[in-house]
Amino acid sequence: MEGLDRMDAKVTDKLGKAGLWLSALFIILTLLAVLGYILIRGIGVMSLGFVFEMPRNNWREGGIFPAIIGSLIVVGIALLFSTPIGVGAAVYLTEFTREGRSTKAIRIAADSLNAVPSIVFGLFGLALFVFYLKDFTGGPSLLSAGLTLGFMILPTIIRTSEVSMRTIPFGEKMESYGLGATKLQTIWNIVLPGAIPGIVTGIILGLGRAIGETAPIIFMVSLNPIIPKSILGSGNTLTTQLYFLAMEGISMDVAFGTALTLILIILTLNYSARRLNRYLSRNLKR
Amino acid sequence: MTDENKIVIRDLNLWYGDKRALIDNNMDIRENKVTAIIGPSGCGKSTFIRCLNRMNDPVEGVRVTGEVRIDSKNIYDKDVDVVALRKKVGMLFQKPNPFPMSIYDNVAYGPRIHCTRDKKKLREIVEESLRNATLWEEVSDRLDKSALDLSGGQQQRLCIARTLAVKPEIILFDEPCSALDPISTGKIEDLIHELKREYTIVIVTHNMQQAARVSDYTAYFLLGKMIEFGKTKELFENPKEKETEDYITGRFG
Ligand SMILES: Nc1ncnc2c1ncn2[C@@H]1O[C@H](COP(=O)(O)OP(=O)(O)OP(=O)(O)O)[C@@H](O)[C@H]1O
Ligand SMILES: [Mg+2]
Repeated sequence: MEGLDRMDAKVTDKLGKAGLWLSALFIILTLLAVLGYILIRGIGVMSLGFVFEMPRNNWREGGIFPAIIGSLIVVGIALLFSTPIGVGAAVYLTEFTREGRSTKAIRIAADSLNAVPSIVFGLFGLALFVFYLKDFTGGPSLLSAGLTLGFMILPTIIRTSEVSMRTIPFGEKMESYGLGATKLQTIWNIVLPGAIPGIVTGIILGLGRAIGETAPIIFMVSLNPIIPKSILGSGNTLTTQLYFLAMEGISMDVAFGTALTLILIILTLNYSARRLNRYLSRNLKR
Repeated sequence: MTDENKIVIRDLNLWYGDKRALIDNNMDIRENKVTAIIGPSGCGKSTFIRCLNRMNDPVEGVRVTGEVRIDSKNIYDKDVDVVALRKKVGMLFQKPNPFPMSIYDNVAYGPRIHCTRDKKKLREIVEESLRNATLWEEVSDRLDKSALDLSGGQQQRLCIARTLAVKPEIILFDEPCSALDPISTGKIEDLIHELKREYTIVIVTHNMQQAARVSDYTAYFLLGKMIEFGKTKELFENPKEKETEDYITGRFG
């Protein structure tokens, strides 16, 4: 009897392990399959011209330069908008308020915002930036799109910054006060440098999300390739162009080329942000 | 050497919320002397010395009444500049907290905030402070290395150097040696002995031999109240109060 039980346990253990191993394998294979498929389908159109030229002849020739520029501008605006506000809010939450109802409310608000579907942000951005603040944003412009994405990633930046600010030891802050530093000096010299890794992580997460979203900005960007003249003007982005190319069946090759470009940009930005992070933490903690 | 009272404390009370942690305390702390605060755990020693440079201010729910006069000025008056106060009254903690920066930047932290960003002057201040904290010999060749790589005893002396660099007049030590080995402890005690030529020092300690070794005056606290205060030698050899005697003999016995 006992021997049988032991056998059973061994078999169950083996089966369990095999199951876990299989699901891990499945995830990795799926990821490789998606990336590989996009690579194979997209690599054919890749060239310097594809990256740096305007499309011609209804996408049959030339490249996707306007969408690359548009995406970078929109994401840049989103980060320029949400990073200072998000970090500021995190400083406020950790250093200027007591734990209580108001901090709880802000935290719940941030978490709920994170769960709002992105198309809803799009609608909100349409109402606020495109219609209500038209004189300031230029209506359906790259600025409106960037600000909408900025709102969308704000909760991520607030929460990751806050979490990393909370890890700064109380003792370090006390010693700074003990040396006669003011609250702002302590925040500037001790809290923010120590929180940089967390802030950069938040920026990376937000950036990845912002550059990959189509829904929130579909109302604000042009579906046609335009080199943006200013941020108050019209432009298109990689995601909206991808949507357009695939929906209208214009060119699947260019669509996959666009997807590949998008993935390469995300990987590059992630990699640079991580390098920057390492550089900053090394230089601040010399 | 003077025999002036540098700090005069009158009717000092402190509450953490509803809990009264200090009860009607009076004390005169002499200039250029070392005053030790002893007493059982939780009796309010740390709370008491934190009152001397208002380090209780950042703690939530704290209320203080009474007076702490430093050079005849009550530091709890409304017009007091807390930043200037903390510059004048430096504080060392039980667990040293070097900032996660280079040794040099740690010591330069205060001067950069208060007086100068001039490179040459900063260098001078850093070297002088490290020398006075008897750490210079050990770190002069690695000032640009992280302060976190120093040993516990070196970190504590680094924190002392960092405090000296803002040129205080009074230095408060809250159990500066409780996490250190005997050799590092000896170095800190020697250092305190040197420092009292120029500074007024208040030190909290659990170690009565240490109080006897380094201090000129000793105060015994129990449950938030100062029970006895006097010359260290007299207090240890001839305690006037029964509670003091119990504590001292209990520990020494
Ligand atoms: N932030 C705080 N909030 C509430 N109560 C506190 C706080 N800090 C200290 N106390 C209480 O005040 C009393 C005095 O504490 P304090 O830290 O001053 O004692 P201590 O003599 O320094 O003790 P130890 O020798 O263990 O360091 C204790 O009963 C403690 O629980
Ligand atoms: Mg204590």
